[in-house]
Amino acid sequence: MAKTLFDKVWDAHVVDAIENGPQILYIDKHLIHEVTSPQAFNELKQRNIPVFRPDQIVATADHNTPTLNQHLPIKDELSRNQLEQLSKNCAENNITLYELGHKYNGIVHVIAPELGITQPGMTIVCGDSHTSTHGAFGTIAFGIGTSQVAQVFASQSLLLTKPKSLRVNVNGKLNKGVLPKDVILYIISQVGTNAGTGYFCEYAGDVFENMSMEGRMTVCNMSIEMGARGGMIAPDETTFNYIKGREFAPKGEEFDKKVAYWKTLPSDKEAKFDKEYTFKAEDIEPMITFGTNPGMGMSVSETIPKTNDTSFEKSLDYMGFKKGESLINKPINYVFLGSCTNSRIEDFREAAKYIKGKKKAENVTAWLVPGSKQVEAQIIDEGLKSIFEDAGFELRQPGCSACLAMNEDKIPQGEYCVSTSNRNFEGRQGQGAKTILASPLMAAATAIEGKIINISQQLN
Amino acid sequence: MQKFTKLVSTAIPFDIENVDTDQIIPARFLKATDREGFGDNVFRDWRFDKNGNINPDFILNNSTYSGSILVAGNNFGCGSSREHAAWALSGFGFQVIVSSFFADIFKGNALNNGLLPVQVSPEFLKILLAKITEKPDTKVIVNLEQQMISIYETDFKESFEIDAYKKTCMINGYDDIDYLLSKKESIEAFEKQKTY
Ligand code: SF4
Repeated sequence: MAKTLFDKVWDAHVVDAIENGPQILYIDKHLIHEVTSPQAFNELKQRNIPVFRPDQIVATADHNTPTLNQHLPIKDELSRNQLEQLSKNCAENNITLYELGHKYNGIVHVIAPELGITQPGMTIVCGDSHTSTHGAFGTIAFGIGTSQVAQVFASQSLLLTKPKSLRVNVNGKLNKGVLPKDVILYIISQVGTNAGTGYFCEYAGDVFENMSMEGRMTVCNMSIEMGARGGMIAPDETTFNYIKGREFAPKGEEFDKKVAYWKTLPSDKEAKFDKEYTFKAEDIEPMITFGTNPGMGMSVSETIPKTNDTSFEKSLDYMGFKKGESLINKPINYVFLGSCTNSRIEDFREAAKYIKGKKKAENVTAWLVPGSKQVEAQIIDEGLKSIFEDAGFELRQPGCSACLAMNEDKIPQGEYCVSTSNRNFEGRQGQGAKTILASPLMAAATAIEGKIINISQQLN
Repeated sequence: MQKFTKLVSTAIPFDIENVDTDQIIPARFLKATDREGFGDNVFRDWRFDKNGNINPDFILNNSTYSGSILVAGNNFGCGSSREHAAWALSGFGFQVIVSSFFADIFKGNALNNGLLPVQVSPEFLKILLAKITEKPDTKVIVNLEQQMISIYETDFKESFEIDAYKKTCMINGYDDIDYLLSKKESIEAFEKQKTY
């Protein structure tokens, strides 16, 4: 029978199945961080269960770390305690940890791909919903809760019901100034925030085939924002070239053998999907969001729809926007360029290209937060740091930062922030903060102008 | 895990759609390293204003409504995978969440913590919300064995779906770790002969 990419990877990992119940899925890699792992470690300890496969686990500190002065002791006691707990748990259980300051430290979904840990055909889980990012490699990758983190610690497996399959096709040529972030924001604005619930999504079509790995990661990252557990893109030469030579990638003959296997993974031509959407690349413009869920997005040149619905109105009320309003020329005081959606080198290159030779607007506080130590080093090596500094920007140190505002990086009450992150929920970036999601290019342009501009118009 | 078979309780109408886990428990409360105490901060930024004063308009602060069943709008629990959301809701005293749609990860997390997500039709949800809003002492019965939710002393009832395996776990208070550990041999055998 014809199989999808998802079927092929899933079926290869089924250990066993419960009659009329879930299947046991084997997990190749388990990524952990400081926020969702401590309770799982405690549970194992209390029940006297050892960690089953410590060498298949990789840990990093990212959610709760400062982005300035990382060499100094962390001031906040609770945060410090959480990081100490992670170090202790990893040491006790022989788990590799890239702690704060380590040359491989960074956001979990940025470091695993750049280290070559993420590979096609694998199953990867992490106690974080944006684990879907790794699907860009043709990997089944998804977020899990802390109880499941404990299950994987105990058995390197999970009990799961196989999700349904969904395919999103985008074909054609993207317009000027349209980045992968715009593509995914567009898709979510069209299908809504729960269209993917119960499904695993595959992105197909020449738009994704022509995308870099960084771009594919941005797209797959936000699969969860349409409710899907994960998103995948078929592995191809772009994927293999990205992996080749990375720290933990297979080497030599082993690599060739793997590539031969990875080439068998793309969905068969006749494979059927339970649900399918198709969009035209030409219809996509640079996007922004105007509400408090990622589905509330529009192209920057549009006006806010006049939807009559209490949840919609409540959301506009929080944002301080009106139906029918255009956001162009809206003054913005905060810009955040970072998060596992857009903090890879390509994102900073894109921003630097726009910023070069310009000056940051006086009113704007901009946080440029690389996704990892390696990205930070690349920014310096490629001379991007001086472009940013000449324009009046400050480059901070890696971490999740204002994406979830667990550390000091909080947007003040009532302020708007144009952000390259993935969630515009109420208070996500700080109590009372109002988030507008956008691409790195839109974020850079906002920081320069001090307000939202019609980037398409400017580029043409 | 706590066992769950049947619950009879009043319910709190919470007619908001797309409630995300950042609202259920904001990120700044995720710094704890144990499972305790999250109930105090459930819906923190809706229950209290920024100065820490109680927001009297928020339904959980309205003493007219109480009970261990929360009846919520469509697409409950979307967003972050934080299990802290399930801990916060149970910590606050909820045993059942009713909605017309649940986000995947939240649903799984709830079931792993003995918090029952009951998915009903949009029509039933509407009736249920109207009944409990109008008459706050309305009793709602959730029977897991029969997979049935009903409104006491009325004809309104609806059956709900639950995975047969998860149902057994909830009724007996088992969790997935027990089961997976019993499968250790198959897992080891799988590791030896895996083909990829
Ligand atoms: S950057 Fe944001 S979305 Fe990504 S892992 Fe960190 S907190 Fe989660």
